[in-house]
Amino acid sequence: MARELLLEMKGIVKNFPGVRALKGVDFSVAKGEIHALMGENGAGKSTLIKTLTGIYQKDEGTILFDGKDIHPRTAIEAQMEGISTIYQELNLVPFQSVYENMYLGREPVNRFGRVDRAKMKKDCEEVLGELGIHVDVTKPLQTYGTAIQQMVAIGRAISVNAKLVIMDEPTSSLDTREVKVLFGVIRKLKEKGIAVIFISHRLDEVFEICERVTILKDGMLTGEVGIEEIDQLKLVSYMIGREAKRLERTKKGYKFGDGEIIAEMKDIWQGVRLNGIGIDIKKGEVLGLAGLLGSGRTELSKVLFGAEQPDKGEILWAGSQVRFKTPKDAIKKGMGFCTEDRKVEGIIPHLSVKENLTIALLPRISRGGVVSQKKQLEVVNKYIERLKIKTPSPNQPIRNLSGGNQQKVLLARWLCMDPKLVIMDEPTRGIDVGAKAEIEALIQELAANGISVLMISSEIAELERNCDRVVVMREGVKLGELTGDDINQDAIMVTIASGAGELEKKGGLTNE
Amino acid sequence: MSNQGRTKADTTAMLKKYSAAILLGIMILINLVITPNFLSPGTLWNVITQSCTIILTGMGMTMIISTGGIDISVGAVMALAGIVSAKLLPFGLLPAVLGAVVICSVSGMLAGFMVGKLRVQPMVVTLALLIGVRGVAQVLNDAKIFYLSGENAAAYKSLGTMKLFGKVPVQIIPIILAVGLTYFILEKTVLGRYIQAVGDNPKSATLAGINTARTLMFVYMASAVLAALAGIFDTAKIGAADGNSLGLLAELDAIAAVAVGGTSMSGGRAKVFGSVIGALIMQLITISVNMNNITYEYAQVMKALIIIFAVYIQREKTT
Ligand SMILES: Nc1ncnc2c1ncn2[C@@H]1O[C@H](COP(=O)(O)OP(=O)(O)OP(=O)(O)O)[C@@H](O)[C@H]1O
Ligand SMILES: [Mg+2]
Repeated sequence: MARELLLEMKGIVKNFPGVRALKGVDFSVAKGEIHALMGENGAGKSTLIKTLTGIYQKDEGTILFDGKDIHPRTAIEAQMEGISTIYQELNLVPFQSVYENMYLGREPVNRFGRVDRAKMKKDCEEVLGELGIHVDVTKPLQTYGTAIQQMVAIGRAISVNAKLVIMDEPTSSLDTREVKVLFGVIRKLKEKGIAVIFISHRLDEVFEICERVTILKDGMLTGEVGIEEIDQLKLVSYMIGREAKRLERTKKGYKFGDGEIIAEMKDIWQGVRLNGIGIDIKKGEVLGLAGLLGSGRTELSKVLFGAEQPDKGEILWAGSQVRFKTPKDAIKKGMGFCTEDRKVEGIIPHLSVKENLTIALLPRISRGGVVSQKKQLEVVNKYIERLKIKTPSPNQPIRNLSGGNQQKVLLARWLCMDPKLVIMDEPTRGIDVGAKAEIEALIQELAANGISVLMISSEIAELERNCDRVVVMREGVKLGELTGDDINQDAIMVTIASGAGELEKKGGLTNE
Repeated sequence: MSNQGRTKADTTAMLKKYSAAILLGIMILINLVITPNFLSPGTLWNVITQSCTIILTGMGMTMIISTGGIDISVGAVMALAGIVSAKLLPFGLLPAVLGAVVICSVSGMLAGFMVGKLRVQPMVVTLALLIGVRGVAQVLNDAKIFYLSGENAAAYKSLGTMKLFGKVPVQIIPIILAVGLTYFILEKTVLGRYIQAVGDNPKSATLAGINTARTLMFVYMASAVLAALAGIFDTAKIGAADGNSLGLLAELDAIAAVAVGGTSMSGGRAKVFGSVIGALIMQLITISVNMNNITYEYAQVMKALIIIFAVYIQREKTT
C-alpha cells in the first residue's frame, strides 16, 4: 500500500542554547492520514512541530510539503501553505467573541475596506456547524469551556483551507465526553482529505484514532509504524527504551472508615459554580473528585486553598474552624495546590527551574530572609532526579522546558514542602506514560506516609487506580460517593449521568 | 546534553546575554579613538560623580520594573528630598538626611499601597505623585532656590564634593552600597525571589503563597528611599536645592538604564548589573558628547538610538 506523501521532513536539526532538541529527524505524513507523534516529555515533539510551522527556524534539514520545498519563517507563512496548528497551550483571545477569534489576524473585509462582521459571523457559524458545534458566536470566547475553545481553534484551522492540521496535546484539557466530540471532528477532517498530526500521551486515544505513529526519543527517531503493527507495550518501549510499569489499581478495600479527618468543607456556596457542597478528607487518604468540566471541582479546591472566598459555608482543618484569606494561610497549615493550568497559574516563566521548584519552600530554607543556596540546590537536585525532570541545568528558565517537564517541576514545588494535604488538579496532564506511572506511585507513597491527597482528574481511569474514595460532582453539588473497591469507571459515569436533570434546570451553564 | 560542543544557538544566546556589556565596551573603544584625553583618571572620576543619580534611581527602578510596574515619580521625590533636607539642615546633617528620607518614603508607601493593595495602575499612581510631590517640593520653598547656608552647610556640601584618598569622588560610596544591596536583595533573599515572581506571573505567585501586596509595598518604598538619597547627593553637589529643576526627568534616565540593561518592561528577571551598565552607557554618551564639544541635543538623539538598538537585540521571540 503506497502512501501518497503530503509532508516529508528530512534530517531536521534544531539546537537551543545548551540543548540539542532535534538531532536529525525524519518525519512524513500521507495525505488524509491521522498520524500520531509520540515520545517522552522533552523528546522534541513540540519542537519538531514548531520547526514545521515557522515558530522556530530549523538549523538543518529539508521540508517537502505537497510537492514543494518550504521554509516557513512565520506561522502565517505556514498557514498560507496549508498548515494549521493548535498548540499545546491555546493562544486565543479570551475576551473577544468566538467569531473574532476565529478570524483573528485575517479578518475578511467588505468592498469598502471595512471588517465584514456579518460575513465573519455567518462563516464562523457554518464552520463550527460542520464540526457539529452550535454556540452563540457573538459571546466572548471565555464564556465557553476549554473544549469549545479548542473547537474554535480547530475551526480556525480548517477555515483557512488547511491540508494539514496539527494538534499538540489537544485532549489534555478535555474530559471524556469532549474527547469524543473532538474525535468526531478529527474524523470529519479526514473525510475532507485533511491530514492530522496528533500528539498525545494517552495511548488508548492514539490507538483509537490514529493510523500511523512516529516515535521520537531524545530528539531522534526511534520508529515509524502503522498502528496495526504495534501494541501498547511495544509502543511504550519504543518511547522510553524500556518497559513501563503497569498502571493498575494496587489498593484493596477502604481502610479509612473511622480515620482522622484532616480537612472538612461544609455546605460551601460560591457564585454559580458551588451550590452547597461538602466534602471531608481523611489523613493519608487519596480522595478523588470526579465530574465533567465545569462541575465545580477546581472551584471547590480553590476555596479550600484560600485562593477564592466562599459566599457561605465553613471549613475545618484538623477539627477546628479556619478561614484561609489567602493561599499563604493554607500553605502555612500544610497544604499545597498543584493547579490545572500550568501556564496561567503555575509556572513563573522567566525564573529558573530551581526558583520555580522552591518558591513556596523559600521561607523554610532561608535564614533572616537570606536563601540558603546549598539547601536550595539539595532539594532541587533531589527532585530533578526523583521525578526525572529533563533540564540542562537547575538554572534553566522553566519556560524553556517541555510541557510535561514543567508539570513535574510544579508537582515538586509542593512535594518538597512535606505537606499534610496536597490538592492535585489534573496532576498528570501532559505527562508521558513512564513519568505517569512514577507520579502515580509517588501519590501512593505520599498517602502511605500519612499525607492526604485531593485529586482531580478528567481521566476517570486515573481516579479508579489511585483513589480510596471518589466524590462525584455536578453543577457544584455532590451527586454521590464511591469507596474502595466500588470505584470503577462505569459506576462513576453512571453517577455523573444521574445528575443530568439538575443541569437542564439551571439552563446548562457555561461549559455546555 | 551540552557536552556536544557549542552550537550557533549557544553563541547567539551568549551574545544576547552580554549585549549591554559589549555595547559599553564598543562605546569605550570609540571614545578612546575620538575623544582627546579620554584615557585619564579624570574621566573616570567624572563618570562616577555624574552617574550617582541615575544609578541610585536605576536600582529602585530595576526592582519596580521587575515587578511589572513603573515609577515615574522618582525625579519629584528627589526634589522633595533636596528641599526637605535643606530646610532641616539647621537641626544637624543627620536629622536633615534622615528626615528627608523618612518623608520621601511616605510617598513610596503611598504608591506601594495604591498599587499593591488597591490595584491601581502604577503609571497612574506615580504620575499623580510626580505632579503632587513636585508641587509640595515647590510649595515648601515658594518655588525658589534654597541655597545651603549656615553652620551645617559645609558638612552637607562635602557629601557632594569630598574626595576619598584625595581623588576618588565620594559618590562612589552610595553607588557601591546601592548596587550591592540591590543585588543582594534580588539575588540572595526570599524577598528578591518574590519581587521577580510577582512581576513574572502574579497569579502563580499568589498561589505559591506570596504576599504580592507586601512585596509591591516594599519595592515602591525602596525606590522612594533611593530617589531621596539621590536627591540629597545631588543637592550636596550643587550646594543648593531647587524644587523646580532638581531631578527633573531623572525617571526617564532611570527607566532607560533599566531598559538598556535588559530587564523586561513587562516584569520578571531583574538584571541589576545590566542596569548599572545601562546607566554607564547613558552617562558615557553625555560625557563624550561634552568632551567633544558636540551640542547636548545630539546626546539626546544618540541616547534614543542606543535605547532602541539595545532593546531590539535583547528582545524575546514570543511563541
Ligand atoms: N525555547 C527553548 N529553549 C531552550 N530549550 C528548549 C526550548 N524549547 C524546548 N526546549 C528543549 O527542547 C527539548 C524538546 O522539547 P519539546 O517541547 O519539543 O518536548 P516535547 O516532546 O513536546 O515534550 P512534552 O511531551 O513534555 O510536551 C526539551 O529538552 C526542552 O527542554
Ligand atoms: Mg510538547
